Amino acid sequence: MSLKINALTKSLWVFHAACSPCNNCDIEILDVLTPRFDAERFGIVLVGSVRHADVLLVTGVPNMKTKDTIKALHAQAPKPCLVVAVGGCACGRVMFRDSYNSPCDLDEIIPVDAYIPGCPPKPEAILAGVIKLINKVKGKE
Amino acid sequence: MIRNLFDFLVFPGFLTAIFVGLLTGGIDRVVTARIQWRKGPPLFQNFIDIIKLSAKEIIIPAGARFTFLLSPFFGLLAVSLAAAIIGRALINPLESFLGDVIVILYLLGIPAIALIIGASSSRNPLASVGASREMKLMLAYELPFIISLITVIVKSKGALHLGSIINYQVNNGANLYSFSGALAFICMLLCAHAKLGFVPFDVAEAEQEIMAGAMIEYSGLALALFKLTKAVLLYLLPLFLIGLFWFTNANLFVFIGKFLVIIVLFVLIKNTNPRLRIDQAIKFFWGPVTICALAGLGLAILGY
Repeated sequence: MSLKINALTKSLWVFHAACSPCNNCDIEILDVLTPRFDAERFGIVLVGSVRHADVLLVTGVPNMKTKDTIKALHAQAPKPCLVVAVGGCACGRVMFRDSYNSPCDLDEIIPVDAYIPGCPPKPEAILAGVIKLINKVKGKE
Repeated sequence: MIRNLFDFLVFPGFLTAIFVGLLTGGIDRVVTARIQWRKGPPLFQNFIDIIKLSAKEIIIPAGARFTFLLSPFFGLLAVSLAAAIIGRALINPLESFLGDVIVILYLLGIPAIALIIGASSSRNPLASVGASREMKLMLAYELPFIISLITVIVKSKGALHLGSIINYQVNNGANLYSFSGALAFICMLLCAHAKLGFVPFDVAEAEQEIMAGAMIEYSGLALALFKLTKAVLLYLLPLFLIGLFWFTNANLFVFIGKFLVIIVLFVLIKNTNPRLRIDQAIKFFWGPVTICALAGLGLAILGY
């Protein structure tokens, strides 16, 4: 395992890309950063600019407007950039599947590396998902 | 020649400054986490961040000028040189050259200017807001910074060598232990805090407000260079403060203790204050801080 991958997995800077969510997933993501769960233990910090990001945390169903925005955001992030879909909406559109304003799934727009289902997922589930993502990047099951 | 290069690149200069600065940044993050009742990142997190950033892609925004990638180097070179000069003067006070205090004063201004140039050449509107704020903040803190420096020069009988200021303190007691010295120290500590861009004065990089402000378009190695500049500043500003105000003997352990006390002061100010608006920051520096600095200068001229 190279130094590059090792450093990447120990310092994931997260950009929170809200793709028209209902805010429940966003609140749970903020819970992960609170003193009780403290994601900074693993070097995870929330950054403001997408140019600094290593991970795009996407919440919500892509709609007609945000599907172009999320594609542009992914193009603006420096590579290697990982994508995590948080919540049932971002994973598979759940009850919005037949909505007039829901053109496609998230993984039809950008490649998704990890899915964290739940409505909303608990903070423990989000941390478990991040660990699965790290293991996937390191190339072990 | 080789000795000067070694000074600049390895021992008091570049490599030592980066190592100590990043480690101090790690201490800062851990202490901040403990204050907020968290566990916090590992001590060497900042090193991992730098390694990761240097392996990432560098994106140059469309239409950016060539100064976009040049300006991070200016800042880092200037602060490394300042670190080498200050380190040399602290190790051997007799070796410093005439007017090195003034040279250091100018070199300490360069990282902010580099940030302003880099941000304005990125063609991002939020970056230009950050650059204009950084410029205003710089105008605000340079005035009390220079007045405090003049106070120290007056107190040590007009010495313009950092070395002779240190020698004067070794012979006559530290500048900090007098009224004028203490006032100037407090003013310079606040100005150093603003130079570091720590929380009450982080208007230029306000994460929640203008995303990353001046740094918004930087990615990969260019961003890492700015982080390294901040790390070297975090190493050399406490050294500069100790050299000007608090140098009594050359005992290494006492010296490290003083360094840590100043770092703890920085961390405490950072964690107990919310961010000021830019107009509040300018009023603060041109109002109370400048008045304190002028009072210190007056007391120093009167001999207190």
